[in-house]
Amino acid sequence: MVGKNKLRRELPLHILIIPGVILVFIFHYIPMFGIMMAFQKFVPAKGFWNSDWVGLDNFRYIFNMPNIWNVMWNTVYIAVMKIAANLVVPIVFALLLNEVRKNSFKRTIQTIIYFPHFLSWVILGGVLIDVLSPTSGIINQFLGIFGIDPIYFLGNAKWFPYTLVITNTWKEFGYNTIVYLAALTAIDPTLYEAAVVDGAGRWKQTWHITLPGILPIVTLMTVLSLGNVLNAGFDQVFNLYSPSVYSTGDVIDTMVYRIGMVEAQFSVSAAIGLFKSVISFVLVVISNKLANKYAGYRVF
Amino acid sequence: MLNRTKSEKVFAIFNYLILSFAAFACLLPLLNVLAISFSSSAAAAAGYVKLWPVDFTLASYKYALGKSEFIRSFWVSVRRVMMGYAVNMIMTISVAYPLSKEKDTFRARNVYAWFFIITMMFSGGLIPTFMTVKSLGLLDSLWALVLPGAVPIFNVILLMNFFRGIPKEIEEAAYIDGATHWTTLFRIYLPLSLPSLATISLFVLVGHWNGWFDGMIYMNRPRNWPLQTYLRTILISPDVTNYQTSSEELAGMRQVSERTFKAAQVFLAAAPILAVYPFLQKYFMKGLVVGSVKG
Repeated sequence: MVGKNKLRRELPLHILIIPGVILVFIFHYIPMFGIMMAFQKFVPAKGFWNSDWVGLDNFRYIFNMPNIWNVMWNTVYIAVMKIAANLVVPIVFALLLNEVRKNSFKRTIQTIIYFPHFLSWVILGGVLIDVLSPTSGIINQFLGIFGIDPIYFLGNAKWFPYTLVITNTWKEFGYNTIVYLAALTAIDPTLYEAAVVDGAGRWKQTWHITLPGILPIVTLMTVLSLGNVLNAGFDQVFNLYSPSVYSTGDVIDTMVYRIGMVEAQFSVSAAIGLFKSVISFVLVVISNKLANKYAGYRVF
Repeated sequence: MLNRTKSEKVFAIFNYLILSFAAFACLLPLLNVLAISFSSSAAAAAGYVKLWPVDFTLASYKYALGKSEFIRSFWVSVRRVMMGYAVNMIMTISVAYPLSKEKDTFRARNVYAWFFIITMMFSGGLIPTFMTVKSLGLLDSLWALVLPGAVPIFNVILLMNFFRGIPKEIEEAAYIDGATHWTTLFRIYLPLSLPSLATISLFVLVGHWNGWFDGMIYMNRPRNWPLQTYLRTILISPDVTNYQTSSEELAGMRQVSERTFKAAQVFLAAAPILAVYPFLQKYFMKGLVVGSVKG
């Protein structure tokens, strides 16, 4: 009887969750099975079931593409620089904000620096194309005051990866301070009081209390960002790049898009996508394991 | 703090300066383009416009708002946001509530939890997802922009963790008084979760408003493009022939140039976000971390 009662109590929970399960199954799990097209010569007219199986041919093809290793390198290079910038800059600004005594000033700064996070890369692309223009953009006008020749930030292959990292930091650093600010406010204030009694100045307090206090969250964010080593940021790259910077700016995701959606080589594109998904999966699993081990973190 | 040393005061001044400079640097590109959007084409072309409009005019805005493509895609985005918001919120709540239960109250909890976690770690990728949406006949339908992301897992985790922070005793007391799960959810959990729901609302509204890629791949007909997808063709890749602003058309308008017109559209597209941001930002200021850290 107890079991039956429990089932009756659980039934509404199943009913609540089932619509979500169905939608996730259709739009996330079916595409996972659809990955088998990476091992086919997929022709839309024939569909999944009747397309010819070609084994690993698509993978042989992609690893023989002349630019594949270049694209891989671009992806990792851009992603790692972004990861580093997204760790260091927000931590520095969180520490600086934490030292501000005047709450109204602190809140104003926060409101402003969080804002760019909420604009899309389409809108920011429009803004950046204008302000970074070598002929009429305000940034190059400003650099001109110091006698610096106009730089084509978005069209020069040498500059492009750094433009990506800097503009991405500009968009996200403020928003990324939130996690660290939360950790900073969670530090027990009595620790500071005790330190003052012991004669510690502000620098000593920062060094011995504040930094150790946020170390767990810093470790956590570092470990979790490992899962992003192959994510160079499709939205940003896609809205800012052009053929003249493909040599340094083309990344796996943009390549998957062009080969799949523009050239309609569905199986080749799916194969590159699968290659990336598998590596990312391994990285995410490792990073979550490490996060659990060193910071006691769990997703659910 | 009475005993602030001299070096601490110097630091405080530098700190205020650095932070003010950073905030200014965040706004500078936006203010510059905003000023251009309110300036005459001649002033913009001559490079006179810095942070304040020169030859103030609303011509670019009038021109943008008079374009039927702009208005049409704006309207597609509005409908998308409304549908997407309703679907996302219903799904987030209905998935987060069961998952917030402990395993002894809801035995299948961990099975469901893994079912959702796996999608965060592995995805079918662009082409298989596109083929799925296509074979369901959703191309050129607004549902293609709403259903594939119907269950935002990130938001589900946020809300689930918030639910878990609500004291168990409240729920137990309600249960003893004969409350069903529905009553508990609607009368206890949701009213107590308003800050979390506000944060998620901001994410969902902004996410749908900013969505452009799905519009680009799932909508074949330009008339179905949401605003950001349409704007991409104007701002980023004007070589797309469908919607290029013809130069003769612009020549007829003395005050408007390609540049001021683009700038005006940037701010018309950002306006709804500017409108909701101040009201909702105070909620996520308190801090949010996905997942949980034990002790």
